[in-house]
Amino acid sequence: MNTVAAAAPLTAQAFKSDYKPIWCPGCGDYSVLSSFTKAFAKLNLRPENVAVVSGIGCSSRIPAYTNCYGFHGVHGRSLAAAAGLKLARPDLTVVVASGDGDGYSIGGNHFLHACRRNVDLTYVVMDNHVYGMTKGQPSPTTEPDWDSKLSPGGTGLRTFNPLVIALAAGANFVARAFAGDPNGTAEIIAEAMRTPGFSFVEILSPCVTFRPEQREWKQMVRPAPVTPTEDAARAARRLMSDDGMNIGVLFKGDRKPYQPPIGKGKKHPSDLEAEFAL
Amino acid sequence: MSKPREKTKDSISIAITGSGGAGVMTAGNLLLEVAAQAGWYGLMVRSSGPQIRGGEAAALLRFSHAPVECLDDRFDVLIGIDWQNIHRFADEIPLDASSVMLGDPDQGEPPEVFSARGASYVPLAFKQMAKALPGSWPNMIALGLAAGLAGLPADSVKAVLQKSLKKGGGEKMAANLAAAEAGYAAASSVPAMARLAGQAAHKAGKDARWLITGNQAAGFGAVRGGVRFCAAYPITPATEVLEWLAPALPKVGGTLVQAEDELASVNMIVGASYGGVPALTATAGPGLSLMTEAIGLAVAAEVPIVVVDVMRGGPSTGIPAKSEQSDVSIALYGLHGDAPRLVVAPNSIADCVSATQWAVHLAEALQSPAIVLSDQYFGQTRAVVDPPADIGLVGDRLKANAGAEGYKRYAITDSGISPMAVPGTPGTAYTADGLEHNERGLPSSQSGDHIRQLDKRAKKLAQFDYGERWAELEGEGELAVVTFGSCTGAAREALARAAAEGIKARLVSLRLLSPVQPERLAKALAGAKRVLVVEQNHTGQLYRYLRAEYDLPGEVRSFRHPGPLPMRPDEIHQQITEWSRS
Ligand SMILES: Cc1ncc(C[n+]2csc(CCOP(=O)(O)OP(=O)(O)O)c2C)c(N)n1
Ligand code: SF4
Ligand SMILES: [Mg+2]
Repeated sequence: MNTVAAAAPLTAQAFKSDYKPIWCPGCGDYSVLSSFTKAFAKLNLRPENVAVVSGIGCSSRIPAYTNCYGFHGVHGRSLAAAAGLKLARPDLTVVVASGDGDGYSIGGNHFLHACRRNVDLTYVVMDNHVYGMTKGQPSPTTEPDWDSKLSPGGTGLRTFNPLVIALAAGANFVARAFAGDPNGTAEIIAEAMRTPGFSFVEILSPCVTFRPEQREWKQMVRPAPVTPTEDAARAARRLMSDDGMNIGVLFKGDRKPYQPPIGKGKKHPSDLEAEFAL
Repeated sequence: MSKPREKTKDSISIAITGSGGAGVMTAGNLLLEVAAQAGWYGLMVRSSGPQIRGGEAAALLRFSHAPVECLDDRFDVLIGIDWQNIHRFADEIPLDASSVMLGDPDQGEPPEVFSARGASYVPLAFKQMAKALPGSWPNMIALGLAAGLAGLPADSVKAVLQKSLKKGGGEKMAANLAAAEAGYAAASSVPAMARLAGQAAHKAGKDARWLITGNQAAGFGAVRGGVRFCAAYPITPATEVLEWLAPALPKVGGTLVQAEDELASVNMIVGASYGGVPALTATAGPGLSLMTEAIGLAVAAEVPIVVVDVMRGGPSTGIPAKSEQSDVSIALYGLHGDAPRLVVAPNSIADCVSATQWAVHLAEALQSPAIVLSDQYFGQTRAVVDPPADIGLVGDRLKANAGAEGYKRYAITDSGISPMAVPGTPGTAYTADGLEHNERGLPSSQSGDHIRQLDKRAKKLAQFDYGERWAELEGEGELAVVTFGSCTGAAREALARAAAEGIKARLVSLRLLSPVQPERLAKALAGAKRVLVVEQNHTGQLYRYLRAEYDLPGEVRSFRHPGPLPMRPDEIHQQITEWSRS
């Protein structure tokens, strides 16, 4: 740890950059940004020891709005880049930001394998049930009858249940949060970051531009009427029967994170030559 | 022993074939080890049918007292442990009237395609011979026979077998030693062959020769260059690079992770390298196609990575286990946008070590992706080589100091290279971005920032001094052969033959395909009147690139053919002599 860290805990504000977000006024992602910075402050972190990694989408613009090290990669691949970073640099705290298109559609395969692999990452998906950045197309979490230019009359496809899938694939921490409650969300993100292994936080984050009806979410969400369980099957059953509006930590496991040793071996490359020499 | 047809030869070529389970590759590998033990140079190319297991297999070997870099035009000996589907190798195993075929009469006659070439046939009952020595295998008879025919010392056969059969226990060793001896003795019943010209040379200590494949060599070169992180997704014929690195990296303080696909593996290495750890992956054409988006990210965000592409027949799934130099265009052009990148090609199996090491060094120095164009021939061929010297270049990127005042990650500098902050360093946090950005790294769509950053990324590659390593230059003459990669060995041999006939020509084997080196190539080709561009693909990808990017002197011709047949010395030799005489 950094020597300054012990000296002066930072405020949430200290984790914000001076770069002005491009988001629409009222976008849920502003609140998520403030939840990020609150969680970092709460955990007594230093910006230089945190890396925020993302893909592409409105939600994925978050890294540069923080004062941490940021990585804004390509669409759908944030989890892969973050796993590479964390495995190479286990000393860093790595948080991954994504959207429902980035994380569940183009990045769906990485989502499954990140849950399985259980690298010590916190994965935050700002789910607005739409592709915001490309101006309003249906995502895997969009309702089947939601009308759009690209899918007139709706896709007719059933929605994807990311939390249940995360449980089935082996995520070690599963929670749902709501952007409209930045303090509660900061609490959940901090809890996810404290939990070793792959922690998944799905945040309902309204897209006020393409899904203005999501402003109603404020009235619809409620604290999950249950305590978190350590039983994945139980958590999955609850999630499959709820209406998607229960907020809180839903599952906490104790799987050992995947972290092959790095920096331990002390051989010199020339020591490997013996294998080839006649 | 009857009199040799020729007294001596510069090299001896032997093919051993058989169906799966016949132990062809084992016999071939042991034969190569026998030659190495005897102080010979040699190599073994593997060729097999499309079956996962049990298909026909061919071990194609060539020996000499000088380093061997390619297969010859023909084979002196073809040993068929059996002939099941061996006709499929007809093009890969050229025989002529002075070749000898040996086979077990109980397995039928050699395929018509081979006999039609006038090769003589000597039947030898491998199976019965092995049966007479309980516990022995027919491939050990074939091994002894091949060693005897090649003129390898019986002691070397014994020494190698004793070492390799140690695990099998006493009885097995005794039986198979006896089998090899029986095969060796049987060689004397075959019309004697020419002996190798020159002297065997035993090297020991740090000069001891290496027995290595190009894939192992690329892995080792990566480690020498400083790579400590690898993300892997298996693909033929690149998997052995990854499989070699898996246990090697932890020994030197690194790690390897298996990814879910190539989209993940390449993004993982970008992430690791962003974290300050030199990183690499290896793949083949289909994987490289999937990786192009993230390689472009590494260009834009200026994150050093190395991708080894072990080329195989394409397009699409193509011919997975056979060689072809047909990924030149995707390596040079296959990213969207104006995306300068490094493309480095080893020109021998041993050079897979040095070229990969150099690629790591360049990638790190230039904060750029580097593609290493190897191929299946290099990757899966095992050769006796002189130990490749450590070129002494390790990855060493320019790093930002903690608390650097007004730190700008993408600052415009004279060299185009700007200090890269490693996460964990206080005061220099920035966001690496594939979005076009300003000097600070903040997204920008302004034309000024775009042009400045495009110029920066182009300039840093163009201005760098690549030194002498950019190409291998040999010989002189008005005719120049320009080639790269695994065609180099055949071209070198063709030029030597031409020189022996009094035809002077020079060789330019490009190690640095990108960025272009116009001044260096102009100097290398000064005075040339004829330029022959040699490559192993269908469309002349290197030829087209050279025509587009360079002013080549005199008349320029393309000589090419696709894989899986290797480029042979004689084809190039013919081109040279015909053109020189016209
Ligand atoms: C390979 C690729 N395909 C498509 C796109 C276009 N694209 C940009 S963002 C996006 C969807 C983003 O949706 P989501 O992840 O839900 O983020 P949001 O904008 O809603 O926060 C798409 C399809 C792209 N950038 N890259
Ligand atoms: S389009 Fe939607 S998600 Fe994107 S910034 Fe605007 S409100 Fe937010
Ligand atoms: Mg979305």
